[in-house]
Amino acid sequence: MADEADKINQPYRAPENVRTEPPPPGYFEGESMTRRKVFTIASQALGGLAGAAIILPAVGFAVAPIFHRGKERWEKIGKTGDFTEDTYRQVVFTETPGIGDAGKTLAYVRTSSKELGEEEGQIVAISNRCAHLGCPVRFVQAAGNFICPCHGGVYDFQGKRIGGPPVRPLDRFQTRINNGEVEVGPRYSVTSQLKPVRARDPGEFTGGVWEYLYPPRPSTFPPP
Amino acid sequence: MPKLSDLLVPAPLRKTPKPGESGVPKTPAPQDLKSNPPERPGDLGRLGEQALEAPVEAVAWIDQRMAASGFLTGMLFRKVPKGTNWFYTLGSAALFAFIVQAVTGVFLAMFYTPSATQAYSSISHINNDVFLGQFVHGMHKWGASVMVILVFLHMGRTFFFGAYKYPRELNWVIGVVILILTMTMAFTGYLLPFDQRSYWASIVGININGTGPIVGPYLSDFLRAGPELGATTLSRFYAIHMLLVPGALIALIGAHMYLVVKLGTTAPPWTKIGTQPRVAEPTTTLDAGAVSSNGHSPNGSGSTIAGVHVDGHNGGGASA
Repeated sequence: MADEADKINQPYRAPENVRTEPPPPGYFEGESMTRRKVFTIASQALGGLAGAAIILPAVGFAVAPIFHRGKERWEKIGKTGDFTEDTYRQVVFTETPGIGDAGKTLAYVRTSSKELGEEEGQIVAISNRCAHLGCPVRFVQAAGNFICPCHGGVYDFQGKRIGGPPVRPLDRFQTRINNGEVEVGPRYSVTSQLKPVRARDPGEFTGGVWEYLYPPRPSTFPPP
Repeated sequence: MPKLSDLLVPAPLRKTPKPGESGVPKTPAPQDLKSNPPERPGDLGRLGEQALEAPVEAVAWIDQRMAASGFLTGMLFRKVPKGTNWFYTLGSAALFAFIVQAVTGVFLAMFYTPSATQAYSSISHINNDVFLGQFVHGMHKWGASVMVILVFLHMGRTFFFGAYKYPRELNWVIGVVILILTMTMAFTGYLLPFDQRSYWASIVGININGTGPIVGPYLSDFLRAGPELGATTLSRFYAIHMLLVPGALIALIGAHMYLVVKLGTTAPPWTKIGTQPRVAEPTTTLDAGAVSSNGHSPNGSGSTIAGVHVDGHNGGGASA
């Protein structure tokens, strides 16, 4: 049903068999759009442009951290002789600078063990962040397991899940030995076969199709 | 001396006084102005009365320019269905809880510092040093739970009374968005004290967000402003809690209430509609098989028309 607004936006046609009315202002022969419609579209486009000029930078500002990767940090945690292959030593170091104690995290550190099929001469640093929802796990010496106080997740000596709700083994930190000093670096996650992948948040599966369902984030570092 | 009720009701809403009532002289105006001059507005005797009239005049002055009285009368004196009961106050209660949160939140913001290193000490300062600080903080903290509970109860009332049905579906949809925003407020507000409970609850909450496939990891990064809970996470939560969501909430509550006033409320489902004529009509005796007097039964085949039982006793007025 054509109403008044539609009529205005239609190209002007001289009525047939009627006394001719004067054409609207700005009319010329063969026009495809009325003057009024041109101005309507132009003002709407300008309004949209002005809106985009405000909103796009603001939204970009808010989502920028998703695409930003911070500086790679390496923290000294002790000498090579401080760590053994039988048990873990707790190490507290700063993962996120600038926020005091809240930016600190805890790693359980040992040397690699040939019995477990690991490459010799390496330092293994396991994050205490539970792979379920991120609570702090504790290594229980008597059981030889990592146990999470929140929802009862249990991990074996290597950090592989053996019980409870966690979806993957415990995360690890990259390590290196610099002049006899052990240093820990960026965090990475592992698959159930302990294959290193980019760091995932707790609660996200790793390996297989999950690598696509929980895509790696640009804010994390490549695995070793 | 006018009555108090006359003063409170704006001039356009007042009933026109009849001759003989207060304020209207019984006798006609005096003819001889010289021997009986009219009282001047500046006379001391009239001052008190004028002072009492001032607020009414001010309201009338505003109303003349805003023409708000028609809207206000429609809103405040609107009809509500029979059977309206205490369950219908849950929406207003939730609104009141929101107002409490807004007011206490504004005053908490005067003492709070949204910085990872100072947030905890500023909350301690509010609780321990500021006059009534613990009380206002407590109102905000417990009021948050109260608001979530009231919003849920209000939603349950709407569901069980069938008040979400046509034409109120849009209001249900707006209400669901308000519920989600209320939960967002509860979630973002939880981190702000930055104590152990806040910190770990937010870690767990953000990680639950992250378990959503494909977008989840990016959503977590957005909330944390990075791969780990960092320096800007707290200010980000603070901005969402204090600026972004409250603005959206106020706008949506406005739309929600506009629709309530526009569409009216529903009667409780146990209210029987159709047994009594809604509009009194003259009683007509209907003979079975005869064409009904109000034109409902042109077929004339029986006395039951479209589920409405028409008989002589009821007057045949039910036109549900």
